[in-house]
Amino acid sequence: MKQRTLLATLAAAAAVLTLGCASLPAPDVLDAQADAMIKASFRDQGIAKVDRLNRDLGQKACSSDKAPSDAVAKQIEAESLASIKWPSGGQYLGDWRKGEKLAQNGRGMTWTDRSADPKSNGAQCYNCHQLSKEEISFGTIGPSLYHYGKQRGVKDPLAPESAATLQYTWGKLWNSKAYAACSNMPRFGHMKLLNEEQIRDVMALLLDPQSPVNR
Amino acid sequence: MNTKKIIGLAVLACALPAVARAQKTAADGIAEYRKMLEDGNPAELFEAKGEDLWKQPRGPKKVSLQACDLGLGPGVVKGAWVQMPRWFADTGRVQDLESRLVSCMSTLQGFDAAELIKTPFGRGEMANITALATWIAGQSHGLRFALPQGNVEEQRFYELGKRAFFFRGGPMDFSCASCHGEEGKRIRLQDLPDLTMNPGDGIGFAAWPAYRVSNGQMWSMQHRLNDCYRQQRFPYPGFASDVTVALGVYMGVNAKGAQSIVPAIKR
Repeated sequence: MKQRTLLATLAAAAAVLTLGCASLPAPDVLDAQADAMIKASFRDQGIAKVDRLNRDLGQKACSSDKAPSDAVAKQIEAESLASIKWPSGGQYLGDWRKGEKLAQNGRGMTWTDRSADPKSNGAQCYNCHQLSKEEISFGTIGPSLYHYGKQRGVKDPLAPESAATLQYTWGKLWNSKAYAACSNMPRFGHMKLLNEEQIRDVMALLLDPQSPVNR
Repeated sequence: MNTKKIIGLAVLACALPAVARAQKTAADGIAEYRKMLEDGNPAELFEAKGEDLWKQPRGPKKVSLQACDLGLGPGVVKGAWVQMPRWFADTGRVQDLESRLVSCMSTLQGFDAAELIKTPFGRGEMANITALATWIAGQSHGLRFALPQGNVEEQRFYELGKRAFFFRGGPMDFSCASCHGEEGKRIRLQDLPDLTMNPGDGIGFAAWPAYRVSNGQMWSMQHRLNDCYRQQRFPYPGFASDVTVALGVYMGVNAKGAQSIVPAIKR
């Protein structure tokens, strides 16, 4: 039914154009035309298949220069929060040295990458965030994360008073949209960009008092 | 490689650590380097090749492209680039420079359009299209972008391009706007132009085609967009596909008044 309406609208739009009537289609017709145009313009290449153009609720709602309605934003955040897989055995922290290597690595998931296995992906962090004082080549799309743990008063990440920060940080890395529906940040756990072990290593980079982020 | 170019590269090599110390001078360093290379830009070689290709009788029909209409009348090259993409009556389509070249090479010279479009960047006739695009764009050096929007199809493509620009998808949830929707942002040390407006003379849409020093390649606007989509983790955009042309209309109209510095030189 929906598709039939869409086809009818597209046919009507095409007819209008053929007749040379000089008026722009309505916004919702343009939306449908843009979707059809995008579908027709791309092809599979390596690991990057056209199914990557099938958008979920959040991607669709955040595909405009206008923010989604509060109700939609809340729905995206609730669904994202519910989707988070918490670390097995309550193990939140790995090795910050491995985390730093992952943070430096901006590779993965392009059509020139051979495998979509998380093991071949970087965590991309420095592309958009400042993290340590030593690395001056950092991006500014995301906020500075320098002193991330220190600023949140994490002296001992294993102490009970650190639990809330650990949980929030894990959730943010797993599915950033749980806390901001249209966050620019990729959903590293949810989209299988990083595995649990890699996320633990990035967690350690952010929260270990000995890591270059907090020193 | 001439002396000036070697000195230029040395200057860049020296400039980088300084850039590292004082962050915001990254763009300054590159601008300075670009200035030094102005009369030694390797893009000139592609321009010379492109001019030759335009005038030479070529293809199965052995004719030149000099009757090709780039929007300002058959054979008119100067000023054409800063008014493209635009609508063409003969094809009934909105076309960017490269898709227009494919049309002319097919109708005038007898090349197979489908074969041209399939050819990878840097190979065979695609390398020739890039050289042609470099020369043609270079003939508008110093002119200001003024894309026509009088035709309803041009207006429709602007609207479609805007939607494509904000289309979020793929495994990293990126759209063009993720990187190019705000002023003053960077990835690592790379400044990102805000392409939802005119980002300034010789920036963004007004800076391609460009010679890329890092890989020694001449990149057309189609090649630039193709690599954006690669980094966006999207599937592969067809050469001269509607999405690439629509994005060209969106960025080109937004860049109204920006001066083209093409052919540019990039790190």
